[in-house]
Amino acid sequence: MSRRAGTAALLAALLLAAVFPLAVSRPAWQNTAILMLMAAQLGVAWNILGGYAGQVSLGHAAFFGTGAYVSSLLSMRLGLSPWLGMLAGALVASAFAVVIGWPCFRLKGHYFAMATIAVVEIVQAVVNGWERLGGAVGLYLPLAESGFAGFVFNRSKLPYYYIALALLVLTLAVNWLVARSRTGYYLRAIKDEPDAARSLGVSLTRYKLQAIALSAALAAMGGTLYAQKELFIDPGSTLSTSLSIKMSLVAILGGVGTLFGPVIGAAVLTAIEEGSRVLFGGTGRGTDLVVYGLLIVLFAVYQPAGIMGWITGRWPGARAARREEEP
Amino acid sequence: MTPLLQVERLTKRFGGLTANEDVTFTVGEGEIAGLIGPNGAGKTTVFNSLAGFFAPSAGSIRFRGQEIAGLPPEAVAARGVARTFQIVRIFKGMTVLENVMVGALLRHRAVPEAAARAREALRFTGLERRAADPAGRLTVAEQKRLEVTRALATEPRLLLLDEVMAGLTASEVQEAVEMVRRIRDRGIACVVVEHVMEGIMPIADRMLVLERGRLIADGPPQAIANDPAVIAAYLGEEYRAPGA
Ligand SMILES: Nc1ncnc2c1ncn2[C@@H]1O[C@H](COP(=O)(O)OP(=O)(O)OP(=O)(O)O)[C@@H](O)[C@H]1O
Ligand SMILES: [Mg+2]
Repeated sequence: MSRRAGTAALLAALLLAAVFPLAVSRPAWQNTAILMLMAAQLGVAWNILGGYAGQVSLGHAAFFGTGAYVSSLLSMRLGLSPWLGMLAGALVASAFAVVIGWPCFRLKGHYFAMATIAVVEIVQAVVNGWERLGGAVGLYLPLAESGFAGFVFNRSKLPYYYIALALLVLTLAVNWLVARSRTGYYLRAIKDEPDAARSLGVSLTRYKLQAIALSAALAAMGGTLYAQKELFIDPGSTLSTSLSIKMSLVAILGGVGTLFGPVIGAAVLTAIEEGSRVLFGGTGRGTDLVVYGLLIVLFAVYQPAGIMGWITGRWPGARAARREEEP
Repeated sequence: MTPLLQVERLTKRFGGLTANEDVTFTVGEGEIAGLIGPNGAGKTTVFNSLAGFFAPSAGSIRFRGQEIAGLPPEAVAARGVARTFQIVRIFKGMTVLENVMVGALLRHRAVPEAAARAREALRFTGLERRAADPAGRLTVAEQKRLEVTRALATEPRLLLLDEVMAGLTASEVQEAVEMVRRIRDRGIACVVVEHVMEGIMPIADRMLVLERGRLIADGPPQAIANDPAVIAAYLGEEYRAPGA
């Protein structure tokens, strides 16, 4: 696709997204669209670390949850605006990411992924037992006056839709800028051949930490949005491994290390989830996990480049060629 | 004047195995040194210690007068030592140009500037027309050349080449020889590990011969080719210099 055609397609998609809720007024559909945008935003955020840098985290709910809890607690206890809380949550999540990234990045491949699962499980257990954070019961956010200033909208979900869209666009923009920067090149180099990257002067720790800090900050902003939309958070909904898996799945399904892959992955996954809900009934988390597991296996084996791989048609061929050349 | 690289009594042990023992040599500015020896002699291990991938068990490595033994690879690269890998390690998810840009970004932080330098480097090694191709599509010979280009893009003072001529056809070897010569002509010193004797003998200013971790000879190619110990350990009669 030429650059101009790409820009045109992008603007058309944005326009479509902007008018969608005006054309489709059924609240259930609008809600599904919001969920899709939120899933896409988290997938794009995850992609900075998991896709570009190739460090597969299955603990990103820890950062999402940090964002949700920090902004909620600051607004409940200190009356801080959730918008400022969103920034505070992003900062705290970044700092937290650096603290856990430091030891976890010493582990490679699957061991890194397993360590991140442990992190999110530990955080969940700690919050479950911490009364001042609401414990296992969770936190109900006070019903503030509806409006932009308070980041609460009671009458219609529509504002949440546009905020989710804006956050997705912001996250995509950050991702785009990173990918074109020195850090972006270094992250891809680290993913492919860490030793070769080091021989060219790239500090693995430094750039992986940059990636996890940025990725965590963006995931945390998604957490604040979730808290403000639901006005209720608990460890089960914001600090779970299944949420972590979902963030990675959205990116893997769409295409890791590509800008728009996670957006496509989120659309497909949300459709599958809604479909399975209709088919199997209820919101049983069991069926969700079965679907996630099945998709991960299928894509890992048959389509590692994700849906984007089919679209560009370029990398699957390149992959096959590579396989032949390898001794 | 202190030499560019000064290696003194370099020793590297892996548990009970001594891969390098008391290896001492120097490399001067703009010099080509050949490093040869039988399989398992410890040539790649020397490179790994020089480039910061191994911390030596003993000994010292001074580069431009400063101790670099035990520094991490990224710090050694920043000081001006670049290397290639015996088994190529190109970035397969990137294009040829992007591979070289990763090297160029070390000295040029702005991406457009790094891209311009990377193109220059590709022109120098003759890979320019492959710039936009995915790196994984290159032939083995081209991949080795890409590794050299990428290393050159870091603007090193010393380049460590590990068997860049292995598996190449005779004409590709000639091209590689020519390339190493032109690299030296730019003032970059090279240490060249090679089994392909016609690739290294004609261009080396000095030859270093390793056997079972120890340096058994150090001298001009002519002398090395006629050294009975080297012939017995490695070369055989085939490379005895004509007329000797
Ligand atoms: N990381 C390592 N751990 C343990 N042993 C190692 C390691 N690297 C090298 N060795 C051993 O050190 C010895 C020297 O290996 P090295 O790779 O340096 O040889 P070489 O001269 O490069 O051989 P070749 O010509 O086959 O490439 C070998 O016995 C090898 O098995
Ligand atoms: Mg070797």
